Amino acid sequence: MGSFVIRRILLGILVLFGVIVITFTITRVVPSDPAAQWVGPKATPEQIEAARIELGLDKPVYVQFQKYVAGLLKGDLGRSLRTHQPVSRELKNYLPATIELVLVSTIIASLIGLPLGVLSAKRKDEWVDHFCRFFSVGVVSLPTFWLALFLQLIFYRILGILPMGDQLSMDIKLLYDIPKITGFLIIDCLITGNFVILKDALVHMILPGITIAAYPIGLVARMTRSALLEILGEEYIRAARSYGLPERMVLWSYALKNSLGPTVTVVTLSIGYTLVNTFLVEAIYSWPGIGNYVATAVISLDYPAIMGVTIFSACAYVVLNMIADIIIALDPRVRV
Amino acid sequence: MDICYEIKDLKVGFETFEGFKRALDIKHLEIYKGETFGLVGESGAGKSVLALTSLKLLPIPPGVIESGEILLNGENILNKNEKQIREIRGKKISMIFQDPMSSLNPVFTVGEQIVRVIVNNQKVSRREAEKKAVEMINMVKLPDAKNIMRKYPHELSGGQRQRVIIAVALSCGAEFLIADEPTRNLDVTIQAGILKLIYELKKELKMTTLFIANNMSLVSAICDRIGILHEGRIVEIGSVHEVVQNPKHPYTQILRNAIPRNPSVLNRIMVKEDLEEGIEGCGYYKRCPHRKPVCKNNLPEMQLVEGTHYVACFKEFERGEPDE
Repeated sequence: MGSFVIRRILLGILVLFGVIVITFTITRVVPSDPAAQWVGPKATPEQIEAARIELGLDKPVYVQFQKYVAGLLKGDLGRSLRTHQPVSRELKNYLPATIELVLVSTIIASLIGLPLGVLSAKRKDEWVDHFCRFFSVGVVSLPTFWLALFLQLIFYRILGILPMGDQLSMDIKLLYDIPKITGFLIIDCLITGNFVILKDALVHMILPGITIAAYPIGLVARMTRSALLEILGEEYIRAARSYGLPERMVLWSYALKNSLGPTVTVVTLSIGYTLVNTFLVEAIYSWPGIGNYVATAVISLDYPAIMGVTIFSACAYVVLNMIADIIIALDPRVRV
Repeated sequence: MDICYEIKDLKVGFETFEGFKRALDIKHLEIYKGETFGLVGESGAGKSVLALTSLKLLPIPPGVIESGEILLNGENILNKNEKQIREIRGKKISMIFQDPMSSLNPVFTVGEQIVRVIVNNQKVSRREAEKKAVEMINMVKLPDAKNIMRKYPHELSGGQRQRVIIAVALSCGAEFLIADEPTRNLDVTIQAGILKLIYELKKELKMTTLFIANNMSLVSAICDRIGILHEGRIVEIGSVHEVVQNPKHPYTQILRNAIPRNPSVLNRIMVKEDLEEGIEGCGYYKRCPHRKPVCKNNLPEMQLVEGTHYVACFKEFERGEPDE
C-alpha cells in the first residue's frame, strides 16, 4: 500500500510539471505586452522598458521559466499584473469560498445521488426506477447557468424564502465580526461557535449548492444504479439471500460495497469538473470565490494569475485522482 | 419414515423471447428425514431450478411457478411471503452453491461473512458468533481457524473456499441441506475431500440432504436413494442399489454405462438435442434407443418396479409393443 501511494504521488508530480510547462509556454506565446500592462496605459516607453527589466522579461524564455519554477517551489506564484499583489495571497483570499461550495455540493450530490441509485436498482423497471432515471438524465443535461437563474427566480423572486446570492446577508456582515481563521466560513463559525453567522452562511449556500450539485447527483445516481445492477446478479448475492440475510443488509452492505469503485471514481472526478463549473455559478450568485478572479484575470491577460489558477486546478485534479485510486485500493482485490 | 421434504405437482417454467419454456414438471418427490437423496441429471435438466425454487430464490420474472407445492415438514414453502421465507432460509433449509469461486463476497473477510450469518440467524452477540464461527471452521477441517477468519476469499484456494461455504451453510443448524453440485468446479482429488466432509458432517448433524449432481458415480457413493431428472421430469427413482445395479429407464442405463470403468470400453451419451416442439410424450423420445410409437404422444406414468424402485417408461411395462 505504501509503495502504491508513493508511486501515485511521483506520477502526480510529473503530471503537474507537464501542466506548468504547457501553461507557461502558452502564456508566453499569446501576443500581449505584460510589461506595458504592469505599468498601466499612461506609461512612457522608458517606463515600460524599465518594467520589462524589473519583471525579467528581457531574459530568454528558459531563464524566465527557471525563475518561475524556482519561485513556485517556495510557494511564490509571482505578482498579478493588474493588482500588483502576490498571486498566492490573492488565491488564498478567494479559494476557500470556492472550495467550501464545491465540497458542500459534492456531499449533497453523494447524499442524494447514492440512495437514488440504490433505490433505482432495487426497483428496477418499476415506476420509481423510471422516475429516477428520468431525473438523473434531466439534471445532467440542464445547463448550469439556466438552473442557477431558474432557482433564483423561484426561491428568491417568487417564493422569497432564500437569498439571491452572496455568502452572507448584508446586515450580518455589518453587525457581526466575521471570524477569519482558516478562511473557510463554515469551519470558522464552528470553531468560534458563532451559530448566527453559521445559519446565515448555510442558508446562502443552499441555492448555489444545489445548482452545482445537480450534475454530480445525476452522474452518481446513474453510476450507482448500473454498478449495483451488475453486482446484484452475482452468485454471492444469491448465496447471501439463501442464508436468510435481510434484504437491507444484502443491498446496502453486501452489494453496495462491491459496487462503490466506479461511483467513487465518478464522484472524485466530478469534483474536478465541479470546480471549473463553479466559476459560472459564482458569477450568477455573486459568490466571493475564485470565479470572478479568474474571469478578470483572463480578460486582462494577467498571466501570473491565470497560471496560478491553472496550477491550482491541475493540483486539485491530480490529488483527487490520487484519492480515488487510494479509495479504490481499499478493495482487497486491487491491493498489491 | 417421516417425510422431511416433499414436492407435489410442481411446474416451473421460464418466459423467454421464444415463448414459454417449461423447466420443471415433477409429479411427486419425497425425501425422508435423515436420508441423503441424490438428484442426477445432465445440464439443463432443471436441477438448479429445483434447488432455487425450494428457497424461493428463482428470479421471477423470467421464472414462473405455474403450480404445485414444495412442503417442508408439511408446510408449503411456495406460499410464504418474503419475511416468512427469510425465517426458513439458512435456518431450516440451507444451500451450498455450485461455484465456490463466486459464492463468497469478495470484499468481506471470510470471518465477517460467517459471523454475519450467525448473528442474523441465531440472534447472538458478535463475540459469541465469532466463537461459533471458529468452531464452524474447525468443523469443516480447515487448519488455523483464527487466521482463515481474517482472509479474503481471493486469498483462499478453491477447496478452502468450498469448505468455508459449507461452514456458512451449516452454521445455523438447518435440518435440510441442498447441495447444488458442490464439487463442480473442483479438482478430482479435492472433490473427494469435499464429498467426504459433506458425508461426515451430514451424519454428525443428522441433516436431511438433497445432493444434486450430474455425475452418477459421485452420487452413488454418498446417497441413500437417487432420482434421475431428465428434461424437468423425474424418470426413475429408487435406492442407489436398485437404480445403479438395475437401471430400467433407457436414459439411466446410458448414464450408468457412461461411468468410466474400463478404459478400453468407451460408452458415450448421445448428445442432447433441442426438444422438438410438438412432442407431447416422453421427453427422451428423440434420443431413446428403445422408443415405441406410444412414446411419442403419451407421457409415461411412474410405476413400481419392485421395492422402492419406480420408473416412468413404456418400454418397461408395454413389452408387447415393438420398438419403433
